[in-house]
Parts: sequence; C-alpha cells; structure tokens
Amino acid sequence: MDYLLPGISAGGQYALIAIGYTLVYGILRLINFAHGDVFMVAGLMMVYATTYMPLYVSIPLVLILTAVLGFGIERAAYKPLRSSPRMSVMISAIGVSYLLQNLALYITGGLAKVYPTIKFLSETITIFGSTTRRVTVITPILVLVLVVALVLVIRYTKIGMAMRAVSKDFTTSQLMGIRINTVISATFVIGSFLAAVGSVLYFSNYPSVVPTSGAMPGLRAFVAAVVGGIGSIPGAVVGAFIVGICESLIKGIPEISIFSDAFTFLLLIVILCVKPTGIFGEKNIDKV
Amino acid sequence: MKKNNTSKSRLSLYCNLGALLLAFILVLVIDATHNPTDMLVKVLQKVCVYAVVAVSMNLLNGFTGLFSLGQAGFMLLGAYTCAIFIIPDEVRGQVYGYIEGGSIVHVRLPLIVAILLGGLVAALFAFLIGLPVLKLKSDYLAIATLGFAEIVRTIVTWEKLGPVTNGSFPLSKLNTFRKALEGTPFEKFSLVTPYFLIAGICIAVIVLIIRSTYGRAFKAIRDDEIAAEAMGINLAHHKRLSFVTSSFFAGIGGALFAIFQASVSAAPFTSAMTYEILLIVVIGGIGSITGSVLGSFLFIASSEWWLRGLDSGKFLGISSPVFRNGFRLVVFSVIIMIFVLFFRKGIMGTKEFDVVKIGGFFKKLFTETVPGWLKKIKHKEAADQ
Repeated sequence: MDYLLPGISAGGQYALIAIGYTLVYGILRLINFAHGDVFMVAGLMMVYATTYMPLYVSIPLVLILTAVLGFGIERAAYKPLRSSPRMSVMISAIGVSYLLQNLALYITGGLAKVYPTIKFLSETITIFGSTTRRVTVITPILVLVLVVALVLVIRYTKIGMAMRAVSKDFTTSQLMGIRINTVISATFVIGSFLAAVGSVLYFSNYPSVVPTSGAMPGLRAFVAAVVGGIGSIPGAVVGAFIVGICESLIKGIPEISIFSDAFTFLLLIVILCVKPTGIFGEKNIDKV
Repeated sequence: MKKNNTSKSRLSLYCNLGALLLAFILVLVIDATHNPTDMLVKVLQKVCVYAVVAVSMNLLNGFTGLFSLGQAGFMLLGAYTCAIFIIPDEVRGQVYGYIEGGSIVHVRLPLIVAILLGGLVAALFAFLIGLPVLKLKSDYLAIATLGFAEIVRTIVTWEKLGPVTNGSFPLSKLNTFRKALEGTPFEKFSLVTPYFLIAGICIAVIVLIIRSTYGRAFKAIRDDEIAAEAMGINLAHHKRLSFVTSSFFAGIGGALFAIFQASVSAAPFTSAMTYEILLIVVIGGIGSITGSVLGSFLFIASSEWWLRGLDSGKFLGISSPVFRNGFRLVVFSVIIMIFVLFFRKGIMGTKEFDVVKIGGFFKKLFTETVPGWLKKIKHKEAADQ
C-alpha cells in the first residue's frame, strides 16, 4: 500500500501529460517532443508567479499562460511545416524542446528553483493505514473528473466532433469545411492546459524545478500513451496508471530501484514489438 | 560525351583529395604550433568526434530513412568499452577506488584496438536490439531506440556492474593520444592529427559504403520501401546492415569522445546529446556527408567558441546585462530553429562539397555574372546620356 498509493498518484500525473501526447499524435501524427518541456515551463512559471501574487490568482494564471504557450508553439513551429514530411515536424519539435530548455536555463541561471508549497495539497493525511500527502488522493479523482469532461467535450461538442473527424482523415475533413487550424490549435491548448494541471500536482511532490525536470516525466508519459495505444484517451490514462504503479513498485525494492526508468522503456519496447498499436489502439492499415 | 564525364569526375576527385590533403597539412601545422589546452585544439578535436557520429547518424537517417534516436546509447557503449581497456595499470586501483575488490579487468589494450573494440561492442548491441526494433515504423522506431539508449545509460551505472564499469563513478585518468605517442617521433603531431586521421578513415569508409551497391539499396529503401522491396532488395537485411554499421561508427565516435575527455561517465549521454547530433545533421543537410562534417564544425565552433562572448557579457564589442550565463545557448537554439523552419534542407541539402563545382561557381561569377552587370551598367550609362 505504501508504494501503491504514490504509484497511483504518479500515474494520474503522467495521465494528464500523456493526454497531450495522445491528442496531438491522433491529429497531426506528430510526437510532440516539446510537450515535456511545456510541462517544465508551467512549473517554472508557477515558481515566478507565486513570488508576486497569491496562490488563488497564480494557479489559474499559470494554467492559462501554459495553454497560450502551447498555442504559440504550434503556430510558430509546427504550422509552417504542415505540408512538409513528418520527419521535419518531429525535428522542429526537438528544436523547440532544445530552445525551451535553454531558455529556462538562462532565466533560472541554472539554479534549481524551489517550488511553492500549496498548503492544501501538501498536508499529510492518513488513508488505509498509510500516511501520505493529500495530493496523492486528490490526483486520481481530479484526473478522473478531467478525463470524463474531456471525453464529453470530444463526444458532444462541435469542436470535439471536428477533432474526431480530423484525426480520422485530415484532407477529407478539410474538404468538409472544418477549419483545420482551429482544431489543431484547440488540441494544443487542451493538451498544454492538462499538462499545466499535471505540473501543479507533480511538482507538489518534489522540492524544486530545474530546466531538465520536464524531460523524464515527459518521456514516461509518452511511453504511457504508447502503451495505452496512441491516439486513444482512455488508453493514455490506463497506460499512465500502469507506468506510474510499476515505477513506484520497482522503486520500492532497493536492489533494482535504479531500474525504474529502464523498466519503463523496456515496457515500451516490448509493447511496440508485441502490439505496436497499444492496448486500446486502432489497427492501422498502410496503403501503397 | 561519356569520356568527358568521367574525366570531369576524375578531375573533381583529384581536386577534392587535394583539398583534403591541404586540410591535413593545416592540421599538422596547428598541432606543431599550438598547446594542448588551446581553444582551437579542443574545438577541432571535438569536431572530429562529432563529425564521425553525425555522419554515422546521417547514414541511418539521411541515406536509409530510418529515424533512429539511439545514437547516444551506442556512443556510450563504445565509450565505456574503450575506457575500460585504456586505464593505465598504475592508476587502475585509484580509479576503481570505491569499488570493493577493484576492477576485474586486467587487460590493457593499445588505443586503436580499444577504439575498434568499442565500435564492435556497439555494433553487437545494435544487432541484438535491431532484431525486434527494426520492424517498427518511423516514429515508433525513434522512440524505441531512444528508450534503448536510456536503458543502457541506467545499466552501466548499476552497482553490480561496478567491477567493470565503476558503477556510478566516472572512469577517469584514461590514456590519451598525447600520452601514447610520448617519446615517439610523432609526439609533435599528437593533438588533432590522430582524431583527424581516425575520423577521416571512418568517414571515408562510410562514403565508400554509400557509393557501393549497399548504399544504393539504402537510398532505394529511403525513397520508397515498397518499391525497393519489389525490386528485390531484402528490406530486413539492408536495414539491419545500415543500423549495425551506423552504430559501429557511433561506438567509435563514443570511444574517441572518451579519449577526448580522458574520462567517461554515463551522465552526458542523454537524449539531449542525440538531439544535438540530430540538429547537426539537420543543419548540414540530411543526406549530405560533407554537410554533416561542416555542420559539426559550425555547431561545435559556435557553441564552444565563437558565441562564448554572449555568456561573459561582451560580444562583438557590445556589452549588455542581457549577456549572462546561458544566453549563448538561447541564441544558439534560436539559430537552430530558424534553420529547422526556414532552411529545411540545411546548408548543403543533399549535395556534396566539391572543389570543382565551387571553382565553377566563381568562374561563372567572373565570366558571366560580373560582365553581365558591367554590361547592364554600361547600357544604363548609355541610356542616361
């Protein structure tokens, strides 16, 4: 239980990041390598925002700013490459990731920034006989609420319908009068927003933010998205919980604890080789 | 007509070899006149290391169309393998000081053999990981190889492997070319020359591979997998060949990197390193060998040397409070983004550097373009009168 609870909590946080990967991949067929860094930037913005304003202002502000950042990245770095091969867009994503990390390094001066304590989240509580922070319990609930909301949006609203159409067939939906750019921007806004929520929850468990702290959670979340079946939202959530729980359980055994990340990637390679479409993924047929 | 063509290509071959010889002589001169700690020496050594790795990545990404991001992992394998065998006996106990029982490896190899062994180990691992992974499609392959690199990075720091890899402590005090050549007549030429020669040989071999039937098969796979298969190219075999070859040279690059630093630890071989190499390949032009070499030179020289002023407060005579630690990298990544977005083909595109063509360009400039301008000016003057 002592390891299961943090695992579920970490899984929830990865789920929020993984949804961003899955949504973007579903529509653009792009692995958004910069997503983990957007997550890190959200953490840093929180650090700077709380030094000037109270928490109840800074949290919503950071969520909005991160969404704007995601929108901006898409417009600046991915939109000009829409008609070029997928590999160039992926390289552009790697470039953005490099830029964000270096920018963060410059602004922070290479020092680890102490993350503000959100009192409500970091108070300790006792549940099922094990003591933990409140964030551990709140995360899965919040994730569930957000995911249900997201699924409802995608199923019943006009923009959600447009997103589904675009992910099914890019060109045909364009012919049907769907504004592709609006849909793609909406995807990035939603993805970045969720990553910002995830960053608030994630960094509450860690003392500080450094420019590279987005890379590892980003990669783990990506693995989660692939394990669950990239392009599928429930898949991303399930995959994230699998990754989070496995990581936490392995960390609990001292002899093999350094292999927690290696295991995550091993899981990725095994899944890719056995069932590349993941648990919930749809089968893709390549046409000549 | 055909004869004309071959004599032309022979001319360009000789000219390019001449240019290479000039570069070699320049390197010898630099070696003879500079100190081991000079910035120019350090930069050129690192350029040679990165050029090998960038060209090996280009073989895979640019010529075979396999988007792999495992380069740092193979470099690490090469670096560790090489480093384990080149720690001088007298400091071995000291380096493995924190490991109970010390090192279990009691063999010491000459540098060249250790470098080759590094390449071979990287190639062996590439063969094994390639068996399952190479079946994957483009971006899945990228992620799987990235994951492999991270796994390797964790495994070498495992404490159970301590007697071999020194666990999480660095393998330091490695033998270097300078030390190895001490007392021989080549002592004067032990700074950049060995790196230049090894990098040159590796790149030459890769060029020869690309020009062989294998290279043509690689390009066919890159352009259209299904068509290539229909033409009778064994996809699995050629992909594996390209992957293993590329990893072999990445391993050699890693080994050179270890010797360059005189120490190895797992920390620098992150995915960020792979990204850097990928960006070098992109800047130089995906599918151009000389582009990759040029890209490594520009990348290393500007990140380590030319843009240094941006960090220390003074750049091109301008000083500003904006120029503080880290600004160099910001400017640098903006330049890279400009390349990625607006000059997608890189500096060279898929073309190769050719002395004759450049000569031809200047010739054209002076025989056609400049007289053309002069003519225009004359016409204008005449019209004005």
